[in-house]
Amino acid sequence: MSQDTLFDKVWDLHKVSSLPGGSDQIFIGLHLIHEVTSPQAFGALKDKNLKVKFPNRTVATVDHIVPTDNQSGPFKDNLAENMIEALEKNCQKHKIRFFNIGSGNQGIVHVVAPELGLTQPGMTIACGDSHTSTHGAFGSIAFGIGTSQVRDVLATQTIAMNKLKVRQIWCENQLSNGVYAKDLVLHIISKLGVKAGVGFAYEFAGPAIDALSMEERMTICNMSIEGGARCGYINPDEKTFAYIKNRLYSPKNEHWDRALLWWKSLKSDGNSIYDDVIKLDASRVEPTVTWGITPGQSIGVNQKIPLLADLSPNDQYIAEEAYQYMDFKPGQSIKDTPVDVCFIGSCTNGRISDLRVAAKVLKNKKVSYKVKAFVVPGSEKVACEAKKEGLDKIFKESGFQWREPGCSMCLAMNSDKLEGNQVSASSSNRNFKGRQGSPSGRTLLMSPAMVAAAAINGKVSDVREFLNK
Amino acid sequence: MNSEFLSPIGKITQINGKCISLVGNDIDTDRIIPARFLKCVSFDSLGKSVFEDDRETLKGRHPFDLEKNKNASILIVNSNFGCGSSREHAPQALMRWGIKAIIGESFAEIFYSNCIAIGIPCFTLPTKSIQDIQKYNDKKSLFLEIDLKKSLAKAEDLNFQLDIKESSKKMFLSGEWDATSTLLENENLIEKKINDLPYLKFGADL
Repeated sequence: MSQDTLFDKVWDLHKVSSLPGGSDQIFIGLHLIHEVTSPQAFGALKDKNLKVKFPNRTVATVDHIVPTDNQSGPFKDNLAENMIEALEKNCQKHKIRFFNIGSGNQGIVHVVAPELGLTQPGMTIACGDSHTSTHGAFGSIAFGIGTSQVRDVLATQTIAMNKLKVRQIWCENQLSNGVYAKDLVLHIISKLGVKAGVGFAYEFAGPAIDALSMEERMTICNMSIEGGARCGYINPDEKTFAYIKNRLYSPKNEHWDRALLWWKSLKSDGNSIYDDVIKLDASRVEPTVTWGITPGQSIGVNQKIPLLADLSPNDQYIAEEAYQYMDFKPGQSIKDTPVDVCFIGSCTNGRISDLRVAAKVLKNKKVSYKVKAFVVPGSEKVACEAKKEGLDKIFKESGFQWREPGCSMCLAMNSDKLEGNQVSASSSNRNFKGRQGSPSGRTLLMSPAMVAAAAINGKVSDVREFLNK
Repeated sequence: MNSEFLSPIGKITQINGKCISLVGNDIDTDRIIPARFLKCVSFDSLGKSVFEDDRETLKGRHPFDLEKNKNASILIVNSNFGCGSSREHAPQALMRWGIKAIIGESFAEIFYSNCIAIGIPCFTLPTKSIQDIQKYNDKKSLFLEIDLKKSLAKAEDLNFQLDIKESSKKMFLSGEWDATSTLLENENLIEKKINDLPYLKFGADL
């Protein structure tokens, strides 16, 4: 059993009681809600005649279903309009802060909370969205919950949960040029598998993690859940504190000094005990692309799609399903695979640094005439900053469509969807069957820089060939 | 699909029903209920859309469309079932189709806790046993009587021991799987907890 890790410290601090069944009652420091997984929770409160216990510990925004082409309401999609209206009414009724479109602070919930300074070390954070693990980048313990647990948090500010084990993933050395956090996390998932993390919190550590920016760290923690781990985190350091300082909801003045003292005390220390430790060499990671239908099915861009015989028996069934669905042959190169749609955005890779990296690749280049390419900033703030830096112009001049903030084609709940069996190069997080809106659509996950390179060539390419020129 | 749906309430001690096998590892919640069906403010109509895209692709040959699986209520799955999105819509859709319990090699974490929260016990068995059950069920409909207290499944000609997390089992047997009221019982402890949390005093007023 783990001891003295950041996870243990934060868990113990937030433990309210041991429940009769053996699970713990955990206080949730920050609760984030959005339009898709909250209406039924508010409905349940009404049915049980309960009120929201601490309205000032819940913050709402809209992201999953918002259109990205024309956001002036009412939306063309009546159902989407209804859901946003429901959230607005629920927030009004229960006095919950709501960042709607046009507020300047709307966007994907996992982009918005960090940029507002809401996400802080040592907190427990929950949201009805599996990518809540993103916030672990700040040394918080953050995890996705279902709607019944959203109801519980609203009603009690606590949930019932079994304590997780802790696995440290130690990343030695540094990522090489043209290789990004996305490549590293895809690599980790391919090595450990998509279910290795079940029952664990992942602590990402080591020189390669220390060297990452906060936004890159968010990309890593974001995809913990794709490796099965409900929660992933990184110990806070000076970069963490510098990122949080002077944001809208960050501690100010003497509170800042006290916060800093406390945050520094939270780290897993030298004597921490882990349930498991895994080491890997980050310098060996290549730009990575998925070839299958789980985020664990990925290879370096210059590698070949594995043969059935190369895979463990456990992975063979899903590999066969993947060859068939993706229409790929075992042993085939992933490089030069033609792509139809290029998507940059999502809570994994829709932040300003992601847009900067992609724009650098696209500058003075044109998107292939065969490709539909669009970029969806993660939030209104990201969009605003990008415009200030002229990134929107670079994208538009290259042939990318510049869109409004939202989750967009990561899960295709709005009108941004693949058609038929189109292939997308996507900076998002899931390549599941049908994930991007077409039941036969095919998704290749990769870094935003790699999506930009694929857009230019109209096929999967090694972005390092652009960067070295 | 069962025409009249009633949410489970109170103690869950016994589940009897016909098995339906769904073969495959890493079946994610996008497949269980595609995102377009999440555009709703209630779970009521999700039952008919469960596995919609997979069923459409298989044109009547999907387990959830086979005549022999009509009115089945115990789902037999393989490993990492329910991975991906945290959408509770996935177990809600299964439940509204008629599923009352799931037996599998392993479950994704959020899916598992969603199932517990809405009253669907999830049991595990080793890979080989699951495959044997799925094969058997292929040839002949398997009816099981699951005794939750003993974690025992009885069929006509065989008995087998199921695994279930002790904490989940206790919750079902005591009827406390619907957590809200249990959590609310500790209201004074919740209020007290606020004093322990340094960040609530950092002055960043929410």
